[in-house]
Amino acid sequence: MTPKQNMEIHCPLPLAADDTIRLAHGGGGHLMQTLIHEIFLQAFSNPFLNSLQDSAVLPVQVGRLAMTTDSYVVRPLFFPGGDIGSLAVHGTLNDLAMMGAKPLYLSAGFILEEGLPINTLKQVVSSMAKAAQACDVHIVCGDTKVVDRGKGDQMFINTTGLGIIPSSLDIGPHLITPGDRMIVSGDLGTHGMAVLSVREGLTFSGDIVSDSAPLYELVADLIAQGISIHCLRDLTRGGLASALNELATTAQVKMTIDESQIPVSETVRGACEILGLDPLYVANEGRCILFLPSADVEKALSILQNHAISTRAAEIGMVLPLSSNHVPQVILRTPYHTHRILDLLSGEQLPRIC
Amino acid sequence: MKYVDEFRNPNAVHTLSREIHRITRHPWTIMEVCGGQTHSIVRYGLDRLLPGDITLIHGPGCPVCVTPIELIDAACQLAMLPDVIFCSFGDMLRVPGSHEDLLRVKAQGGDIRIIYSPLDAVEIAQSNPQRQVICFAVGFETTAPAQAMAVLQARRLHLANFYTLVAHVLVPPAMEAILSSPDNRVQGFLAAGHVCTIMGYEMYEPICRRYQVPIVVTGFEPVDILEGVQLVVTQLEEGRYDVGNQYARSVHRTGNLEARRVVEDVFEPVSRNWRGIGKIPLSGLQLRQSFAEFDALQKFADRIQLRSTASSLDSECQSGQILQGLMKPSACSAFGTRCTPDHPLGAPMVSSEGACAAYYRYRHHEVAPG
Repeated sequence: MTPKQNMEIHCPLPLAADDTIRLAHGGGGHLMQTLIHEIFLQAFSNPFLNSLQDSAVLPVQVGRLAMTTDSYVVRPLFFPGGDIGSLAVHGTLNDLAMMGAKPLYLSAGFILEEGLPINTLKQVVSSMAKAAQACDVHIVCGDTKVVDRGKGDQMFINTTGLGIIPSSLDIGPHLITPGDRMIVSGDLGTHGMAVLSVREGLTFSGDIVSDSAPLYELVADLIAQGISIHCLRDLTRGGLASALNELATTAQVKMTIDESQIPVSETVRGACEILGLDPLYVANEGRCILFLPSADVEKALSILQNHAISTRAAEIGMVLPLSSNHVPQVILRTPYHTHRILDLLSGEQLPRIC
Repeated sequence: MKYVDEFRNPNAVHTLSREIHRITRHPWTIMEVCGGQTHSIVRYGLDRLLPGDITLIHGPGCPVCVTPIELIDAACQLAMLPDVIFCSFGDMLRVPGSHEDLLRVKAQGGDIRIIYSPLDAVEIAQSNPQRQVICFAVGFETTAPAQAMAVLQARRLHLANFYTLVAHVLVPPAMEAILSSPDNRVQGFLAAGHVCTIMGYEMYEPICRRYQVPIVVTGFEPVDILEGVQLVVTQLEEGRYDVGNQYARSVHRTGNLEARRVVEDVFEPVSRNWRGIGKIPLSGLQLRQSFAEFDALQKFADRIQLRSTASSLDSECQSGQILQGLMKPSACSAFGTRCTPDHPLGAPMVSSEGACAAYYRYRHHEVAPG
């Protein structure tokens, strides 16, 4: 019999929490608590959130409540002019602003992919906190789930926004009237092209920077100065063309716009030209279309042009009545005084062959 | 963009329109060969700036539209193979095959990547040595040099996992096929500027003589197209039939010799089926024997089933009539009803250069100027 060998027992210590997201970060245990306290609470801290109850309890103000929700799945997470965090704040708050609602509160739901660097999460969360603070909005509740590696694309964020519409204010497509003028708040297509150029590794002469920005300040200023806004719509997915088509259908009107009046930067025009995309269908995250009576156009333009994000605001067209037997449509007047329809896109815009 | 703006100048457009009205004395039918030109015409309403006597008909110059259905089917099967990364220009993804399109294959799990240059596919092959990378080589003479470069680059890098599915087509044989058809109505051509940038226009000279038609190499912007029409009408009214070059800022008579040489090194002409039209002799390109190792159809022959053309003809789609200029898209009984971009019966309804797509997008319920 051989002498007994000394048995060496190794009981490996669990590795300390490393620098990436693991499934346990969503598991309800210690790691999740650490995440909540060290990342989310630190960045978003406010009395409504800090109590960590099952629901945030919020004071009710006079007026009507506006509520909206949106999910953000942008790739890459960081792009020139913003990131998924600032986007998740601006996008949802802009939906409130388009109803004339003063944004007050946001929720934040995170779906994180296992393996996401914690530093990336920190950067995004810090960007969200900064964006919310700049808009005077509190992030009051949240949720985190972690999915297996390969089952998510690094990080998805959902935000729900709550805002207050003053009792006396009414803005919406039901107020769009034949004779209304249309103003676009700035040049189109920079967000979509900024994201596309980073995602696909395309370089264009002149940087394209996303227009991602909050719009409430513009809206509040216009209202405060007595502009009678009939309707607002932010020009996100599908761009100007899709927004106008949706509104024409809801309001049962015809719209005409003048192609030569629509502001598009040289770089975006050039990039779209090369790829065979139409800037009128490209996404924006800090642009809106305004419908208002013709008497207010001049004043509204001068107010808008005083705000840094809308210096290129321009009047682009008007609303016409729908003749009998006609379907609601948007008609674009070309620089050659010919006309064509501007329709909803079928599927996604795909880059062309040549 | 200043460069382009010069060719979109409204004053220049109106001056040309007036000039064409002034010189036109007889009815003429002119075909613009390239789908890019068709889109410009419909998008800007250029046909409406011409005298009623001039009819523009839309030619076969949409490579997406004419790619034979059996190659789309092959692409869909290849893209579904688990070890394959299938690279394609975005345009091809929505084109319907017999049963599905590449977008649906992607949704079912096929690894399909949209590329902007065939060299991107070579890079993908380099960084994924354990996967088989196939590049869908679609297009006219315009895109063939870049595809040829990709093959040469793959050879230089000794890549053993890069293949191409070649569907290239050539413009001059198609123009000859149209001119020699008994139904032909075309009296003059606006030739495709981009194709001529590569190939030049020498090869049109014998076509002009043989069929006695003027051919004017033309660009894609409104001023280009109206200048092209003006040059064709001038010849027609004077009874001449020469090759003209409106697109001289980009096109020389012999084209880009270096690009032509690369194409010739890698590819050779082959007879090809054009979707909806049929077989046109020596109207396509295939890899030369010396590059056969890059041929996706050979490499994966035992893993896919190639259908014959006879069994895969589109039933209701009139794309052949459309692509030969025998019918306007809006005259097709399925247009806008049974055939829409969301439910296409054929490729011209979904390609960004397809004539049906142009009519649907810009004119599908005709507008009264408001």
